[in-house]
Amino acid sequence: MSNKAFIVAAYAFAAVLVAVSQFVPNDYFFSAAYTVLLFVILSTAWNILGGYTGYVNFGTPAFFAMGAYTTVALFKLSPTLPLWVMIIGGTLIAGLTGLGMGALTLRLRGVFFSIATLALSVVLLTFVVNWDYAGGARGAYVIPPREVPLGFHRYIQFLYLVMVFLSATAVIIARMIETSTMGRGLEAIRDDELAAECCGVPTLKLKLMSTTISGALMGMAGTTYPYFVSYVEPASTFNLSYAVNSIAMPLIGGMTTWLGPLIGALLLGSVQQVVQVTISSAWNLLIVGVLLVLFVTLAPEGIMGLWFNWRKKQKLKAGGSK
Amino acid sequence: MEISSSLILNAIVSGILLGGFYAAMAAGVSISFGMLDVTNIAHPAFIILGSYVAYIVNSWWGWDPIVIAIVCSPLFFLLGMGLYRIYYYAFERKGQQSLRSLAFFFGILFITEVVLILIFGVDYRLVKSVYTETTWQLGEVDLPLRLVVPFIFSMIMIFGLNMFLSRTFFGRAVLAVAQDQFALRLMGVNPVKIKELGFGLSIAIAGIAGSFLIVIQPVQPSIGRDYIGLVFAICVLGGMGSIKGALIGAMILGLAESFTSTFFGPSWAPAVSFGLLLLAVAFKPSGLLGR
Repeated sequence: MSNKAFIVAAYAFAAVLVAVSQFVPNDYFFSAAYTVLLFVILSTAWNILGGYTGYVNFGTPAFFAMGAYTTVALFKLSPTLPLWVMIIGGTLIAGLTGLGMGALTLRLRGVFFSIATLALSVVLLTFVVNWDYAGGARGAYVIPPREVPLGFHRYIQFLYLVMVFLSATAVIIARMIETSTMGRGLEAIRDDELAAECCGVPTLKLKLMSTTISGALMGMAGTTYPYFVSYVEPASTFNLSYAVNSIAMPLIGGMTTWLGPLIGALLLGSVQQVVQVTISSAWNLLIVGVLLVLFVTLAPEGIMGLWFNWRKKQKLKAGGSK
Repeated sequence: MEISSSLILNAIVSGILLGGFYAAMAAGVSISFGMLDVTNIAHPAFIILGSYVAYIVNSWWGWDPIVIAIVCSPLFFLLGMGLYRIYYYAFERKGQQSLRSLAFFFGILFITEVVLILIFGVDYRLVKSVYTETTWQLGEVDLPLRLVVPFIFSMIMIFGLNMFLSRTFFGRAVLAVAQDQFALRLMGVNPVKIKELGFGLSIAIAGIAGSFLIVIQPVQPSIGRDYIGLVFAICVLGGMGSIKGALIGAMILGLAESFTSTFFGPSWAPAVSFGLLLLAVAFKPSGLLGR
C-alpha cells in the first residue's frame, strides 16, 4: 500500500471509530479507550527508536511529562488557549528534549544512552517538583473548558476523538519511516552500526532524527493528559509504569513493523483495563512486568514473530505433503 | 543564609560517610557492568530486596542488620548465579545482549518492586538496633552512628573486595574476563563459569548494601529506582571496572549530594547524581580513571 493510500485508510478508520463510539452510552468506555490510545501512541513512538533503531529508551515518562507539563504551563499562562496550540507546543518541546538528549549521548554505545535516559527522567522530575509556576510537588489543576468543541456532550468524548486522530497520525508516521530510506538506514544501524557507518549510512544523523521524532510523539501523547485527569502532579506524571508499558507493548507485539506495537498496545492496554477494574492496579503492573520478562526471554520476536514462524511452518508442511 | 564553618564541616563529614556507603552500593555494578559486561540495571532492586530481608529478620528475631547482611549474603550469591544462568541462556549465548537484555533487567526491576509493594505496601520500613538512635559529638561535628557503622563496614568490604580481586585466582579470573575472554578460554578457564560466580558476587554485595541502606534510612519498595542513576554514575565516573575508581566516584557523589542538600535543600539532591551521570556519560564516558 502506498503512503497516500495508507494515510487515507488510517484516517478513514479513525473517523469510523469516532462515529461508531457515539452510540456507546457510558462514559467509562471513553476513559478506558483514552488510556488504551495513549499506550498506542507511546508504544508506537517508543518503537521508532527502540524497534527500528535498536536503542532502548527508558525515558518515556520524561518525554510524556514534557508534553503534559507544556500543557500545564500554557494553561497557567492563559486558560482559554485552544487544545491544538498545546498539542503543537508540547510536541515541539518534547522533540527538542529528544534532540538534546540524543546529541549528548548517541555517540556512545547503546547501553550508555539507555542509562542516560533513566537519568533524564529523574533530573526532569526534580526540576518539575521544584517548579512552583507549574504547581511543584503539590500539583496543578487543569480544568477543561465548559464549552465542549465540535458539539460533543462531554469533554471526554472530544478528548477521545483527538486521541483517535493523534494515534492514527503516530501510526502513519511510524509506517512512513519504516517504508522510507530512513527506515532502511535505521534497520542497518540496528543490525550492525559499524557496518552501516562503513557503507555510508549517516548513522548519527539518522539516530538523532529517530530520537527526536520518537520523543516528539511521546510528548504529543502527554499534551492531552492534563485535560483527561484534570489534576496533574509530578509523581504520577513521571510514573515508571509508562516506561515499562511502552517497552513491553512493542516487545509483546513485535518490534520490526508498525503493526507490532499497535497490537501489543491494544492487547495489553485492554487487558490492563480489565484487570484494573476486576482485581487491582498493582496486580495489573505485575502482569505487565511478568509478560515483559516472559516474552523477552521466550518469544523475543513477539506475537508477530510467533505468527510468521507458524505461517512458515504451515507452508513447509504444505510443501512437504505434496 | 550565613555559611558557618561548622555547617561546611558537617556537610563534608556526612558526605564522606555517605560516599563510603555509596561505594558499597556501586561496587556490585562495577563488577557486573564494568568487568563482566552485563548491564544489570536491576541492581538497585536487589539492594532493596536486601533491605527487606534485613527488615523481616530484624523485626522477627531482632538480629543486628549487619549480622543479617553477612548471614544472608550466600542466598543472594545463589540468586545472582541463577539470574546469570537465565541471562546467559536467553541472551548472551545468542549474542543479543544489548537491547533485549536491557528490557529483561528492567522487567526484573519492575517485578521486584511491584511484588514488594503487593506484600509490604508502600509504607516506609526501618530496623531497630542499638546504634540507630545514637549520635556522637566530635567538637562541632555530628557523627550519627547510623551513618558511621555502615561506613566502617562498607570500607572493610571494599578493601576486602579489592584484595580479593587482585590477589586470588578467582578474582584475577574475573579481571581477565573483562580483558579477554578468548585468551581466558585458551588458558583452560571457562569464562561463563567465572561470569556466573562473578555475577553472584555482585548480587551478594547488593544484598549486603541493602542491609546498610535500611540502617541509614527507612526503605520503601520504589526508592530503588532512585539509586539506578547513583550506582551507574559512580561506576562511570570511576572508570567502569575498577573498585578503587568506584570508591573515588562514590566519594565525589556523596560530597556533591551532601553539599546540595545542605545549601539548596534535600528536594534537589536526586538531581545531583543523575545530573553528574548525564555529564559523565556525555563528556567523559571512560571515567576519571579511564584508560
